[in-house]
Amino acid sequence: MTGHRRHWAGSMVTRTTILIALGVLAVLTFFPFYIMVIEATHTSKEILTTPPPLGPGVHAMDNYSSVIKVIPFWRNFANSVIISGSITVLTLFFCSLGGYAFAVYQFPLKRFLFATLLGTMMLPWLVNLIPWFIIVTRLHWLNSFLSLIIPSAVNAFGVFWMRQYVTSHVPLELLDAARIDGCPEGLIFFRIVVPIIGPALAALAIMNFLPNWNSFFYPLLVLVKKQVMTLPLVLNLLRGDPYRGMDYGVLMTATTMALAPVMIVFWLAARRFISGMTAGAIKG
Amino acid sequence: MKIPRNQIGKYATAYVYVAPFFLLFLVFGLFPILYSLFLSFTYWKGFGKPVFVAFDNYKALFQDQTFYKALYNTAFIWIVAHLIILPGGFIIAYLLNTEYVTRKNFFQAVFFTPLVTSTIAVSLVFSILFGEQFGVLNFFLERIGLQPVPWFHGDGRWIKPVIILLFSWRWIGWNMVIYFAGMQGIDNELYECAAVEGANKLQILGRITVPLMKPVILYTLVLSFIGGIQIFDEPFILTGGGAGYMGGTNQAGLTLAVQLYEIGFRTGNMGTASALAYTLMAIIGALSAFSIRMFAGQRRTRT
Repeated sequence: MTGHRRHWAGSMVTRTTILIALGVLAVLTFFPFYIMVIEATHTSKEILTTPPPLGPGVHAMDNYSSVIKVIPFWRNFANSVIISGSITVLTLFFCSLGGYAFAVYQFPLKRFLFATLLGTMMLPWLVNLIPWFIIVTRLHWLNSFLSLIIPSAVNAFGVFWMRQYVTSHVPLELLDAARIDGCPEGLIFFRIVVPIIGPALAALAIMNFLPNWNSFFYPLLVLVKKQVMTLPLVLNLLRGDPYRGMDYGVLMTATTMALAPVMIVFWLAARRFISGMTAGAIKG
Repeated sequence: MKIPRNQIGKYATAYVYVAPFFLLFLVFGLFPILYSLFLSFTYWKGFGKPVFVAFDNYKALFQDQTFYKALYNTAFIWIVAHLIILPGGFIIAYLLNTEYVTRKNFFQAVFFTPLVTSTIAVSLVFSILFGEQFGVLNFFLERIGLQPVPWFHGDGRWIKPVIILLFSWRWIGWNMVIYFAGMQGIDNELYECAAVEGANKLQILGRITVPLMKPVILYTLVLSFIGGIQIFDEPFILTGGGAGYMGGTNQAGLTLAVQLYEIGFRTGNMGTASALAYTLMAIIGALSAFSIRMFAGQRRTRT
């Protein structure tokens, strides 16, 4: 009996220790976000004092009006939505078509083409950075969203991902049945396959939207006008602004405004996001 | 051989469906890669005709101390960050996987949150957290009686630790989620058998969990290698966001990707930048091949 109780007490200690450790780590994870939001409610003068403010202030609205005076924030926000949204829609369309073809059809050179596709996944993006830049310059795509959307309209991983899903979830008999019923070859995908592959499309959408939403290096090279910049670019621009760049209150307000939507959407559907973003890594 | 008519129709459909990827790959993938190789043997400022200079770009690169500095910085940041996020992610996943923690989904979401945020935004937050005179971190350091740290100045020795901290903070959740999924996949019977045989928690961890997780661990290593060696956003923002000299004080934050940006787009020397890109690709290729070998070896010994 006493042994049992001692075991119980021991597990209580372990349990508490583990929960405290995880709690501390959770607080550390959120601390930068906390400071970001706190500084967004203070003036630069308040922030640059000792001790620095650790609780909320009253200047959020002043900071907000400074942000939209210096940068066209909502325009930049819309740009980010348009670019990542277009890439995501195109990617879903082309990757699922390609993946479906690799999963279902037999055609000459199929093995070679598929091996090529897999091989391209190993290429580091830095290698085609410079020629990509030259191509989009020649196409007069500087300051145009096309320079970012078109090259990303379909990617190897997405095709591979959809092929795996179609292979394991779409029975070939179903497609044959549709053919016998007289469904034209070109419509089988849209009528029969698309309704089945919803979950894979959702995961692929998350996998593509977020990296493009947060992308910085490529847009930095082509989007140089304030009006066409995406959120990460305009944040960097604001930081470099000779008058406002040192105004941490304004800078953190813009940063909070840029981060909040993504974080809210993430927390509304965290399970789905996490499985979507790691799906490729876990099942791939 | 006569191919039936509907077969041709199927071929055509299949080719049309796979065409978008291969067309875009030809234009924005294969052509750039070959063109990069060509450019790496030329002197070219972005306009006019590229002048063939054979191996001069590579020679210049390998004689440039800055290149070795960038290589060293990149490797240092990558290695130390992974010494934190691989074991760290593993430990958090292990703790989450114990029967003591009930709100597993909540904690996963907490540690995953930094990953959905923009590197630029969080780099800006970190650059303010680590402010030298009025930063929150130095304030706490002074409170507990320590000297404030010149994070970005002095001799630059603190720049890499700040980048590593930011990188680890951002990526530890990623590894945690993958390890957690791997641990969930381990058959409970194995644990029960071991417990019946009288193994304690540590023995079970060392003899069952870690060995079974080895392929997953190696996999995360390969995955993050290709991304990690190209680290750009964090050092770029933390060392000034393109203003001032590249890489911050003593170029302590100069990574290979930042150097590529500097050479290619600020100096405008496309030839040398291409040579750097190719050198990088060779390094990535060699190290990936090596780790895939290890990975494949693991698989073979397991079956």
